[in-house]
Amino acid sequence: MKKDYSRRSFIKNISLATFAALALSGCDTEAFDEFLQKNFKTLSKKEKDEIVKNLESKYKKKYGKEFHVSDKPAIDGTLFGYALDLSRCIGCRRCVYACVKENNQSRNPQIHYIEVLQMEKEKGIDFADSNAQYNPEKVPEKGYFYVPVQCQQCRKPQCVTVCPVRATWQEPDGIVVVDYNWCIGCRYCMAACPYGARHFNWGEPTLPVEEINPEMHYLGNRPRKKGVVEKCTFCIQRVREGKYPACVEICPVGARKFGNLLDPDSEIRYILENKRVLVLKQELNFQPKFYYFFGI
Amino acid sequence: MNFIRFITGSIKIVFQGSKTYYAWLILLLLLIIWGGFGYSGQLAHGLIQTHMRDSVSWAFYIGNFTFLVGVAAAAVMLVIPAYIYDWKPIKEIAIFGELLAVCSVIMCLSFIIVDIGNPLRFWHMLPLIGTLNFPSSMLSWDFFVLNIYLLLNLVVVTYLLYCIFYKIEYKKSFVLPLVLFSIPMAVAIHTTTAFLYNALPGRIFWNSALLAPRFLASAFCSGPAILLILFQILRKTTKFEIKDEAIWKIAELMVYAMFIYLFFTIAELFKEFYSGTEHILYWKYLLFGIGDHKEIVLYSWSSIIMGCIAFVLFLIPKTRKNFITLNIGAFLIYGSVYVEKGIALIIPAFTPDVLGQIYVYTPSMTEIRTAVMIFSLGFLLFTFLSKIAIAIVFDNYNIDSLTPKKRLSKQVQPLIL
Repeated sequence: MKKDYSRRSFIKNISLATFAALALSGCDTEAFDEFLQKNFKTLSKKEKDEIVKNLESKYKKKYGKEFHVSDKPAIDGTLFGYALDLSRCIGCRRCVYACVKENNQSRNPQIHYIEVLQMEKEKGIDFADSNAQYNPEKVPEKGYFYVPVQCQQCRKPQCVTVCPVRATWQEPDGIVVVDYNWCIGCRYCMAACPYGARHFNWGEPTLPVEEINPEMHYLGNRPRKKGVVEKCTFCIQRVREGKYPACVEICPVGARKFGNLLDPDSEIRYILENKRVLVLKQELNFQPKFYYFFGI
Repeated sequence: MNFIRFITGSIKIVFQGSKTYYAWLILLLLLIIWGGFGYSGQLAHGLIQTHMRDSVSWAFYIGNFTFLVGVAAAAVMLVIPAYIYDWKPIKEIAIFGELLAVCSVIMCLSFIIVDIGNPLRFWHMLPLIGTLNFPSSMLSWDFFVLNIYLLLNLVVVTYLLYCIFYKIEYKKSFVLPLVLFSIPMAVAIHTTTAFLYNALPGRIFWNSALLAPRFLASAFCSGPAILLILFQILRKTTKFEIKDEAIWKIAELMVYAMFIYLFFTIAELFKEFYSGTEHILYWKYLLFGIGDHKEIVLYSWSSIIMGCIAFVLFLIPKTRKNFITLNIGAFLIYGSVYVEKGIALIIPAFTPDVLGQIYVYTPSMTEIRTAVMIFSLGFLLFTFLSKIAIAIVFDNYNIDSLTPKKRLSKQVQPLIL
């Protein structure tokens, strides 16, 4: 009986020791802190600032470069809107790659926030017959027009409604953001989005150090990890500093317009008043703040 | 203390069995290991090991989840007559229906765990410490109803076995309300799961009011099919006696379910194909393929053909009452609903994707191995639980069967105190 007892206690001790060793080697305190971090939206300003500061030093250690991570909140009296001139877009995809660079998207596996669809002029806007894989020598091709699609920043975003853990929400300035530290990766939002605007990190994202954009926002372009969803944020790190989104700036034909919908003198309000605009899949009633129009 | 002895007594039973029993356990263990290594690859490298991508962002895992919710819900089909109508031949068997429900819900939750990108962050869903998006998100509803249903069945079945084990009469006033509550809960788990898909206007394929009714009808086809087979195995291997009439009765109930399922499907197809709007695209992909993309057609037609043969076999009284054709029918309807829920329900909703692009999805080896792992784990659990239930219900395994030595020590202790 005694022998049995000592053997049992030996097994108990050795398993405890193994468990402790595993726990010590497997998770450092930083990872543990990150694991316990709360939903970003529920944190106070002080807690947010601290997290952001920790992130900066963490990135410095990881990439050996100086980064600036912001947690700047929405500016009062702003509601961002976007307009895209279908008659000007030539389908060159410069916006796609400017976006990838600005927002530190994974290069492999590739993640693009903007998908440019080539459509037949005779059929009008018809997704079923559109082609995203077009690859001619020169664009635009005769008989076709181009419809770039990215997050439409809906006023009634269903992706937010369906998220089981409130890891995604609409900010006061109308931008739908994701807390990458809170997202569990269930992808319900991707099933809900009718514009294909949400993208998942199926594998560990790769990002060349020399190409990292050092100006970051916590809810925007900071590097992501595998297993979380990400999306276009109208370049939140830029627009809250009064700059245009990267896709607007790069567009060689000036097809992309951006501004504050609450400002009566903004270009976006001029377009809404003087051009005839449309939104994609209007019948779903998600009420996008991303308008398409024909400028010429 | 009594409960601990019930548990230890139950665990003892699990390790007593014939060679066939051990061979079955070893087979399951091997499958779990083989599947587990597939899943470990996914854990290390992420969901990129699956064939899911941004276009088809939900697929085989969530399909399996849906199927198993149906199996779990169908347990009530036995519980209703057993407890409400006091129908003797089924009463004891209802315990196995509830055990099946317990195992199915556990498998459901496992399929969710393997499907999410950050399984460790699962605690974000927990009330109080997490930020559960209740009541907005249908997933949070599903989380609640599945866990309540699991708890309900677990409590009822444990209590019943405990009473038989200690040879005491069970309290009807305790069991009956729980059982009555489990009936709407069974409908609720399946309806909520259907609403999960149904609630997305962006996914036209799912945005039909018939989705939830079709779910329920198909569940009442596949769930009892498993139990039909189980009855016959139990009848052969244990002392339990079940009359042929009881089995045929269940088969008859299944015919009604199959007919309703078929009718709903035809109604859906008529509306889609006669009106011929652009929404027909997804059904076209499912049934005929689009252009050269016909990979999924094999799945859909095999499901349809299996289902139709099973319906005919169950409909004709002669083949329904012949155990060979009955069993063939049961396997066929099980297979039909499995393929329908696993592939045919999910994939067409994502192909073509919301922007009209086609990404051809078929399950990857990692997905198949992970599914094998979960199913084997579920079967293993069900084997253990059934083993305990068979011993207690049919083989008179009870408190007196525990070794006299243990009984003695129990009697001695109060004396010392």
